[in-house]
Amino acid sequence: MFTMLEYDFMRNAFAASAVVALLAGTVGYFLVMRGQTFAGHALSHVGFAGATGAVLIGLAPLYGLVASTVAGGIVMGLMGARLQGSDVAIGSILALALGLGMLFLHFFTSYATQVTALLFGNVLSVEADTLHALIVLGVLCAILLACIARPLVFASTQPELAEAKGVSLRRISVLFLSIVALATAGCIQIVGVLLVFTLMIGPAAAARHMTSRLGHGVALSAGLALSEAWGGIALAYYTDWPSSFWISALSVGTYLATLSVRQWRRRR
Amino acid sequence: MDAAVSLAGVTVAFDERTVLSDVSLDIPSGSFVGVLGQNGAGKSTLMHAILGLVRPRAGTLHVFGRPATRGNAAIGYMPQLRSTVAGLWLRGRDVVATASNGHRWGLPILGKAALREVQWALDMVGAGELAERPLRELSGGERQRLLLAQALLGRPRLLLLDEPLISLDPHHQRNVVELVRRIQRECGITVLFSAHELNPLLDAIDQVLYLGRGQAALGTVNEVITPSVLSRLYGAPIDVVRIKERIFVMAGGVDVEREAHVHDA
Repeated sequence: MFTMLEYDFMRNAFAASAVVALLAGTVGYFLVMRGQTFAGHALSHVGFAGATGAVLIGLAPLYGLVASTVAGGIVMGLMGARLQGSDVAIGSILALALGLGMLFLHFFTSYATQVTALLFGNVLSVEADTLHALIVLGVLCAILLACIARPLVFASTQPELAEAKGVSLRRISVLFLSIVALATAGCIQIVGVLLVFTLMIGPAAAARHMTSRLGHGVALSAGLALSEAWGGIALAYYTDWPSSFWISALSVGTYLATLSVRQWRRRR
Repeated sequence: MDAAVSLAGVTVAFDERTVLSDVSLDIPSGSFVGVLGQNGAGKSTLMHAILGLVRPRAGTLHVFGRPATRGNAAIGYMPQLRSTVAGLWLRGRDVVATASNGHRWGLPILGKAALREVQWALDMVGAGELAERPLRELSGGERQRLLLAQALLGRPRLLLLDEPLISLDPHHQRNVVELVRRIQRECGITVLFSAHELNPLLDAIDQVLYLGRGQAALGTVNEVITPSVLSRLYGAPIDVVRIKERIFVMAGGVDVEREAHVHDA
């Protein structure tokens, strides 16, 4: 059973996905609560352009990822409510980001495998230095999130009251979306640009169906993300199918299962 | 008597629109004040100004003798009920608790004292059992009770309630008014309660604050709800018709308060 842990790349994969899954599950819960799930999607597209741009100028993709997603997160936080209802503009910018990423890759034809890795992730190729970077990123996000968690929840559920009590909605929004940006950059390392939803939103959406308690919900969301990521990697090891497929299948499967349990309970 | 809220020559304007124009009044401490007026008359704006969210263009606004600023712990506030609420799957207790020192940095984990405070607030509005259910299972009136509990956290001396009766049927309206009246007496606090219609508040309020055309009139029902005062505030001839225990404010045969209510619904 544990023969797979004898390989370095498997140990790295489990460690890296644990860091990212715990982070994404936690951040995702607040993202779903605030109704900003699109932000995770949007930031991952921006990240694609950043990652390929970094490769173009000879940097590691992770740096470009982090720089572009955090910049995107800050801009979205500052725009705030003005973003609502401007989905055409957002969609166009996202399409442009993907297109730019493609252009950057065009100049580096030798990086064909990198496209797949960026778009769909390749957790089995995570090396020690990437793992270390992800751990730093994860710890940083955890500290930041722990600092803003209280006003974040307050501002999410009761914005008018929070503002009256002296919470700066804009500051909270910018800080939170910066954390989302870092979490997105981490997710892309594991499941790729196109499947960020599977770790960030799927577990949170499922947890929401399972408990009405805030603390339990956050813990469940993180736990589900972790078990889906580890389960996906283990299944990939035994089936030789891509880990990203398994992670997304487990994520969507769990979500649908909790949804149908809830429907069934309601009908009774 | 000390003033809970004191306005001196206050003017509030957004761009070209003047909402309050040179308003001066003192709201006595410990009174239950019904805030009335048509849509856009400045009921919410007045509350925002008291909370320090809107800065007057001219004049001074004091709350318990100190200039109005954001984050004043002496003020409890219940905003107008919104149709979209974040975290509808969360149980009421957890949502109420988010307001407990919610402005401070850190994790939203409450100590024993804070948990007792949340329980006290829930008991005050009789929502101890309601609070265990997720918000999405609650009716508008039930959610409103939770929001009222939330406004009571931190034991404010002044409670601002923005249109708590909106979209409630007459039976629930009466319950809310009685509940607020009881809390106001028990805690000895000042309450500003805005509403479209005077009648549901008639038995509960000590004073009326009527807003219209940038002006304000504060006093007892008999002082304020008169043809001369209201004609000035509406800028049109107003009749006041009393039928049994109810008062109707009419302009040219139309009940203007009810009219405003219908338009808003």
